[in-house]
Order: sequence, then C-alpha cells, then structure tokens
Amino acid sequence: MADTATTHPPAPARSTARPDLRMFLTRHGAWVALALLVLFNLAVTPNFATWQTLNVNLTQVCAIVIVAVGMTLVIATGGIDLSVGSLMAIAGALAPLIFMGKLFPLPHLYVGIALAFVVPVLVAGAFGWFNGFLITRLRIQPIIATLVLFIAGRGIAQVMTNGNLQVFKVPEFQYIGLGRLFGVPFQALLMLVIVLAAAWMLRRTVFGRQILAVGGNERAARLSGIPVVSVKRRVYLISGLLSGIAGLIVIARNSAADANLVGLGMELDAIAAVAVGGTLLTGGRATIIGTLVGALIIQLVRYTLLANGVPDAAALIAKAAIIVLAVWLQRQARS
Amino acid sequence: MTLLLSMREIDKRFAGVPALASASLEVEPGEVHALIGQNGAGKSTMIKILTGYYAKDAGEILFDGTPVEFSSPQEAQRSGISTIYQEINLVPYRSVTENICLGRERRRFGLLDWSAMHAEAQALLSRFNIHIDVRRSLMTYPTAIQQMVAIARAIGFEAKLVIMDEPTSSLDEKEVEVLFDVIRQLKAAGVSVIFVSHKLDELYAVCDRVTVMRDGRTVRVARMSELSKLDLVTAMLGRELSRVLHDEGAHHAQAASREALLTVEHLAVGRRVRDVSFDIRPGEIVGLAGLLGSGRTETARVVFGADRAEAGRVAFGDIAEPAAEPAEAIRAGMGFCSEDRKFEGIIPDMSVRENLTLALMPQLARRGVVDEARSREIVDRFIQRLGIRCAGPEQPIRELSGGNQQKVLLARWLCMNPRLLILDEPTRGIDVGAKAEILSLVRELAGQGLGVLMISSELEEVVEAASRIFVLRDGRSVAELDGDEVSEEAVMAAMAHGHEPVQEGADG
Amino acid sequence: MGRLDTARLVRAIGRYGVLLALVVLILFGWLRYENFLGSYNVLSVLRYNSMFALVALGMCFVIITGGIDLSVGSTAALGSVVAALLSPYGVLPGLLGGLAAGFAVGAINAFVIIRLNILPFIATLATMLAASGCALLLANNQSVSVSYESGFTELGQGDFLGFPIPAWIGLVAYLAGSLVLNLTAFGRTVLAVGGNEDATRLMGLPTTRVKAAVYILSGALAGLAGVILAAQFGAGQPIEGVGWELFAIASVVVGGTLLTGGVGSVGSTLAGVLLLGLIFNILNFENGLGWISLSAYWQSVIRGALLLVVVAIQARLVARSDDVHA
Repeated sequence: MADTATTHPPAPARSTARPDLRMFLTRHGAWVALALLVLFNLAVTPNFATWQTLNVNLTQVCAIVIVAVGMTLVIATGGIDLSVGSLMAIAGALAPLIFMGKLFPLPHLYVGIALAFVVPVLVAGAFGWFNGFLITRLRIQPIIATLVLFIAGRGIAQVMTNGNLQVFKVPEFQYIGLGRLFGVPFQALLMLVIVLAAAWMLRRTVFGRQILAVGGNERAARLSGIPVVSVKRRVYLISGLLSGIAGLIVIARNSAADANLVGLGMELDAIAAVAVGGTLLTGGRATIIGTLVGALIIQLVRYTLLANGVPDAAALIAKAAIIVLAVWLQRQARS
Repeated sequence: MTLLLSMREIDKRFAGVPALASASLEVEPGEVHALIGQNGAGKSTMIKILTGYYAKDAGEILFDGTPVEFSSPQEAQRSGISTIYQEINLVPYRSVTENICLGRERRRFGLLDWSAMHAEAQALLSRFNIHIDVRRSLMTYPTAIQQMVAIARAIGFEAKLVIMDEPTSSLDEKEVEVLFDVIRQLKAAGVSVIFVSHKLDELYAVCDRVTVMRDGRTVRVARMSELSKLDLVTAMLGRELSRVLHDEGAHHAQAASREALLTVEHLAVGRRVRDVSFDIRPGEIVGLAGLLGSGRTETARVVFGADRAEAGRVAFGDIAEPAAEPAEAIRAGMGFCSEDRKFEGIIPDMSVRENLTLALMPQLARRGVVDEARSREIVDRFIQRLGIRCAGPEQPIRELSGGNQQKVLLARWLCMNPRLLILDEPTRGIDVGAKAEILSLVRELAGQGLGVLMISSELEEVVEAASRIFVLRDGRSVAELDGDEVSEEAVMAAMAHGHEPVQEGADG
Repeated sequence: MGRLDTARLVRAIGRYGVLLALVVLILFGWLRYENFLGSYNVLSVLRYNSMFALVALGMCFVIITGGIDLSVGSTAALGSVVAALLSPYGVLPGLLGGLAAGFAVGAINAFVIIRLNILPFIATLATMLAASGCALLLANNQSVSVSYESGFTELGQGDFLGFPIPAWIGLVAYLAGSLVLNLTAFGRTVLAVGGNEDATRLMGLPTTRVKAAVYILSGALAGLAGVILAAQFGAGQPIEGVGWELFAIASVVVGGTLLTGGVGSVGSTLAGVLLLGLIFNILNFENGLGWISLSAYWQSVIRGALLLVVVAIQARLVARSDDVHA
C-alpha cells in the first residue's frame, strides 16, 4: 500500500505530509484561543476561577449554543437560517399564553406547563419546516426564504401578545432556565446533551454524512441517491425546534416574555459562533464541538472585557475582529 | 528570425510542489503553435503565467522582443495577448454585445455608445458567418454560438497572440471547421495562435509546430509534419505505448443473455430528447453516439431518474416506470457517472473513503449509524482493485488527479454491485494512461455480466469499447449498429445523415 | 414555449411586476382613503422612506455583484451619531462627517472581502457589529442631540421647491445610480461581475476595483441615510438601524433583482422600497377608518407575506426558465 501512494507524483499529499505549526494553529485555533483566554483571565481577572463566574458565563451562552447547533447543521448543508431569533420570539410568546390559560382553559396547571414546553417548540419546529419547504419546494435561496420569517415571525409573536410584556412566576416552568441539577444549571446540561447528540449524529450517522454531502456538492449528492430534499427539510426543522427550546430558556430566565426582544439578533450571534468554531460557511464541513467552542470564545471575550472595565460597545468591536480573524485563518488553512 | 513569444526556464511551485520546472515555450509570428501534454503536465499553468493570472517563481518572458511580466489578464490583453478558455468564460445574463465589448467600450460624451457597440459586435460575428441579435442575452444562444462569441471577443482586441485552451471541446465538427477557417484567417493576418487540445487530429489539421510538455517540463519541440502521432503520444506519456491504443483482446465481448436488461422506448423530454429508443442486455457495452446536443446526456439523465421524462417507456428489470429520483434508480441497481466530474461527481471536501461509500452508506448502516469498520474494509479493497493512487483512504478527493477521481467515482457504483452502469464521458479530461485503465476495467466488468451504457465524444473510444452502438441525431435515435457494422465511418455517416433508422432495422 | 419567451417573461415581471403592484396599491389607497394622495401624506411618506431608499440603492449595487452588505443598518446609525456630533459646526461638516463614516465602513468591508478573501455575508456581519460598537462608544450609549442653530436639521426636515430635501437627495441618488448602471462601463462591469465573476476577471475587467467600489458606495449611502436620520429626528441614534439591512434586501428582491447577482435594476429597487413603505402607510389609514384595528405589528407580518409572494413568483419563473435551459 505504501508504495502505491508514492508511485504517482501528480497528487501531492499536502495535508498528511507536512504537519507544521501553522497547520496545527489553523486546525485547532479555536481551542488554542479558548485556552489562551482562560489562562489570561486566570492571571488578570479577579475572582475568575469561581463557580459563580462559570455559572454566569454558561447561562449566558446556553441559548446561543443551542440555536447555533441548529445553525451549524443548516450551514453544513450550504444554507443559512435567519429566522431563528423570530422563532424564539414566537415560542417565547406562546408558552406564557398557554400556561397562563389565555389560549384555552386548563384542567390543571401542570397540564398547562407540560403543553407550554411541547407546543411552542413544535410550533417553532413547524415554522422551521416551512423554511425548508420554501427552500426545497419553491427553490428559494435560504437567505431569502428565511428572511420571510425573520420579518414576519417577530410580527406574529407581537400580534399574538399585542406587543405586551408577559410577566410570570411559574417555578415549574422556569426550571428550564433557572433550575439546577447537581448544582449545575439545568440549561447548561440541556445544552451539553444537545451538543453531544448533534456532534455524534453528524459524525456517525448516515443522516450526518448526508448533511455534509449535500453541503459539499448538492448535485453529486442527489446523483448518489441521497434524498437531498428531505435532508434539507430536516435540518431546518431541527433548527426551528432548537430555536423554540432556546426561546423557552430565555423567557424562563427572565421571568418575562417580550416579543420585541426575545431572540433579537440571535441569528447573528449563532452565525458568529458557527464561523468562529471553524465550520465552513459554504457548507460541506462542520463541527458542532467547534461551534460550542466558538460561542464560548465570543462569550469569554465579552466577559473578559467587561470584567476588566471595558465598555460593552467595545466588546462588539472585539467580537467583529474575532469573527474576521477566525474566518481568515480558516481560509489560510485551505489555500 | 525574431520570435513573437519566448518563455524560458519558467519555474512555478504551488505550496512547495513544483508545477513547472524550467519549462519553455517559443512562438513565431504568424504561426499556429500546438501546446500539448497530459493533464497536470503544466500547460494551463504555463498559459496562466503568460497571461498574468499567476506570477512565475523564476524564468524570463519576452513578448514582441521586450521582457514582460503581466500582473493581470487585463494587462496581457492590452499588450496584445487574448485568451479563450476551455470553459466558456462569459457572462450568460448579459447581452452578446456586452460580452464582446466589455473592457473596450465605445463612449460618447463619456457615456456608453450602445449603437456603435452593437454594430461592432455584429461585424465581428459576421466574420464567422454568424448573424444573431446581439442585444439578446448570451444565455439564450446554444453553446457553440457562445464559444464563437468568446472567440470574437478575443479577436476583437486586435491581438498579436491568441491563446485557445481546448476551444473545440464544446463544438461539433462543422463548427470546428468554421473555427479552423478563422484560425487560418488570423494566421494570414500575421496573428500567432497557441492551440491547446487533446484531439490529435485537430492538431495535425491546423497547427504548424508543437511543444510537448510532461511533468512541468518541455520535452519536445518540433514541426507537426515531422512528428508522427505515435511519436507525439510517446513524447506526452514518456513511455512506450504497449497497451494504450488498440487493446483488441476484449473487443466486442459477447452479450451472454438475450433478455434485455434495460429497454427504452420513444423517450421524450424537453427540446433535446424527442424520440429515443434503445436497449441493453446484461454483459453488454452499448454506446450512445451523437454530436454534441443530440440528446445523449439528457437521455442518460432521464434513464437514471435525474430528470423527468415527458413521454416514453423505460423498463429496467422488474420496473416498468422511469425512475422519478436517482435514489429509485440506484435501488433498482443502476449507477451513473456524470460527464461533469467536478460539479456532479466528487464531493471535494470529503475523503476518498467518504466519496467512495456515498451511495452505499444506507446499506453500511445499522439503525442509521454508519459501520466504520466495514466501510474501511470495502474502501481498501476497491483502492487496491482499481489501483487508485492516493495517500490513503482519508485523503481529500480534491487532491487526487482527474483519473484517480474518476476511479473513485466508478468504485462508488461498483461497490453497490449494480446491474447497469451509465458512463457519461468517462474519460473526459483524463490522461491517456488512466483512460486505458478505465476502459479495460469497464470491459472486464461487462465480461462479468454488468450492462454498460457508454457515452463519449471520442468516437474511437466508443467504437472500440462497445459491441452495439445507437446513434442519436437531434434527439432521435436514427441508427443501431451491431457487431461488424460498428465502425467510425458508419457512426459518422449516421450522425451526419441519419442512415438506417431504427424502425427499418427492426423490420428486417 | 421557447426559452426566449420565458426569459423575457422573467425580466418583464422582474421589471414591471413591482411597478404594477405599486400602482395597484396606490389606486387602492386613493379610492379607499380620503387624503391618501394629499400632499401632506405623500410628502411625509417620501420624507420618511428616503433613508431606506438610499440604503436600498447601495444594497442594490452590492447584490447585483452577487454580494451582500449586512452592515448598512449599523453604518447608518454610526453615520447619524457622527453627523449629530459634528452638526454644531454647520451643515456641511455634519453631512461630510456622516458620509465619511459610511465611506470608512464600506472601505473596511471592501478590504475584508477582497483582500482577506472572506465571504461578504460574514465580513459585513462583522463590520455590522463593529460599526454598532463604534456608534455606541461615540454616543456614550445614548442618543446625541443635533444642534438646531446650525440649520443641520434642514437636511431632514426642510423643503426645497415644496419638496422635502431628503426626497430630493434620494431622487438625485437614484437618477445618478440608474445612469451609472446603464450607461457607464463601471455599471456594466458591476452587472458582469455578478453574472460570472471568474469570466469577468478573465475578460480582463477590473473586478476587484468594481467590487471594492460597490461596498464603498453602499457604505457611503448608508452614512448619508444616517445623516438624514439624525436631521429628521433631531438626534444621532446609535441603536437605530437594526434590521435596516434586511429591509433593504427585501426591497431589492421585491424589486426583481436576483440575489444570485448579474441582473438588477435601480428603478425597480425604488419601487420596492415604496411598496414596502406604503404598506405601513396604508395600515395607518386602515386603522384610522376604524373598521378594523390592526396593530402596527401587523406590518411586519404583511411585509413578510409580501416578500414571500414575490420570491415565490420569482422562483417559479426562474425555475421554469432553468428547466427549459437544461
């Protein structure tokens, strides 16, 4: 075997032949950056190595990561989902309406709470499926197809609540955002489960391969018998479902649902996390764990700056720089 | 004698890998100069360095007596070097005029003078005997016209040197003749032409001298008339041609079974396929011949379920309906290698292994989870069996040469144990060595009972490999050639005149 | 049916469909509401929508090259803050300051997209964040009042020959834009780049410069929109402009410009802006009639639905022409 690899010169085995520092940095850059950030904070930021700090950072990043997992899958097929924030708002507006009994009379509070978990997520999922339908059936470009719900979705949420803030205090429901399991925030555990499940799915299952194949070369995938349409619909469905979950977490955490604000700008945060994590934005190559790391980096940079007295506005500029740097490094690795 | 162009000792490396090693190319004024070599020999790199697309690492370029180093194709064009690329590089949405005149627009009062530009475009095209509405967008015209527009554009720039990189790949024979006339006109006007082509006959028809490249070096420069075809091919390959040409051994393998594996009757789809009928028996290689645009590829795509049939019957095994999706055809036991390897074949970011098992994946999985061990075992077996040259199964497929990519794509289907394989231009853009390997592999498989439908623009190849040939003309099957009737002359006659319609053959 | 007919149909619908819809909407408003075509309503619609029109014009050029510019909203916000800060020094400093801020963001976009070779989508996403950060830093997280003494507010609130000044600015910009796209080599190259960038480069056309120019143009126009924003509302608004980019994209698409690049029209983009803008206006009138009470929130739902209808029709037509083509 070994000599068959060397008898033919025209196929230079670049990736395997020269393991050098640049290659290492570009491939594992996200991890290196995360490690450096943690080390920097340990040295500089007061009270960094505390349970408190970890919790603060985790709770702020959970919703982004959950949405970004769906976004990673969508981007892996070569698409994009701009509607995630609006779908969060829809789910967030719907849940209080249900458990407060405003939509239909409830036989029991717990029935309402159970429905308030299930129905909003399914509704968000249905809207996600609708995105997939527009993209596959009407062959509308993903960025435009999801722009429809980006614009209309928040309007739907606002119309449902008439734009009012819904305040509530329902501990059983809010467990998803405020509860703790073994001292760890429940939402962080939920996030971790979703991340691991998605990462396993992408690596090991036929569906995961099909996602990457569709993103890598859609026409070739179809000619190889991959059900392109159903793969795409499923990723947008997943993205919708995860947006719904994230919407519930956010309103549970705030004890209030504001259709004007829930999930605002989330599509950009999620895309940023995906990009920094090393997923190819044109599709075909994706890493869920990378997305997690990407979200953590963005969060940690913001935290670092805030904790050291830099205004939040400056953190936005830093975020911009990180995104550009990450994608630029990714480019360098490929060229 | 002063040379128009002299490129000497050109070096170029990509990521440390040498693409050119002291290569040279010299062109005299008013000559048509052939530049040939296998894929990866360095022809394209050489041209792209000349036109300023790449920067050279070392060497010297003299154009018209002065040293030059263009930094962009634009600069090269201003100095009198125009290039026509292999893929038609025009802007389909824009009008013919814009495609011809962009870059040297006529202006009046600082604004574009459309009427003057339309007139100029019209005049240039009339040199090719083409009279079309130049205001319409380019994409409304057939490929051949688009190619002519590209050439008209290049000539319109008052070039001293015109480079044509495989300009005939999308032209039919009549159009090639028109192109050759234009080349002779250019030559008469003192313009030099660099002509890159894989088709040897064309080189002999129009070229004065030839430069042969191999592995990034210039290995032979000669007058065309002093070099035989065999010499030329030998120079390209760098080894004796023991088995490349005319491997007679497996010629016309006998079709073992009489029962048809695939029957296609009166198929019609769109404007390209109007009435196509043919059949394939197990163990048989059937060729589908026809000029470009005769409906060959479109027919194959419908049979495979990639496009929808509008009328007609496709029966394959127990299935009587045309497949609605490729997935259906694959389940029934078909495989299809597209003519467009890059855009419809490989998934560039995936490894050899993932590409090879793409279609097999559902069968390799238990409850949706891929069985990695089995996949590895299968991939290793096919890499060995087909002699795929790669650094290992995990190497990204985009790093392989064209021939090896094609073998991976063949293996993608072979590992499914198909009953019918459709090969659309299986050897396009592949070097002669790999070509021969792939063709002999196909013959071997047919010998084991696989039915093969083969489409190729290279008549020689189809005639050699196929035991029966159906000829298409303007979307209709016009002839069936069997056994001793199969010859290049017969196929060409049928393509040109539509002799021996299928219906008559069926009566007799 | 020949492919020529389909291609023509696609273009006709792209070019005139939106105009037709606009005319229908205006007729509807005229017949249904008193004062709909009264000068007060017409002029205030024009005054308010001129900002979006400027942003959409830049976006139109960017989209024709096959790119996208997500940063326009924050760029407008930044422009409004810079203009407000400079307004005490006079009209011109305020105007030029806003323009320069937009120009700078556009130049950064061009650099990141072309030199660093990063997808427009992601590059402008980053500058969107950065511009927003800059605006907030400069404004100290609050809105910045403009000076009323210098006459700067005339840029947003004033009239010239009985016509709002912002509308004049918009009109001039669109006339110039149309002229540039149709009658200059630059404009044709913009269209060619979007149609097939590689081919255009190999044709020897200056693709890099053209691409850089459209992003700078888009930035500058967004900065100008910011100037008008500050002048119209009397303050630089660091958090305004959220979602403007998507509104602009929607206007351009509704106007029949293909998001894949290569085809597009400046005039239809203006029609798209007015169409989306009028929907809000009509909702207001409808509420005024008192028959139904549609909250303002319905406007995004209706805009979304309208966008859906337009792209669905477009997709159908394009798909048909592709089929015939293949």
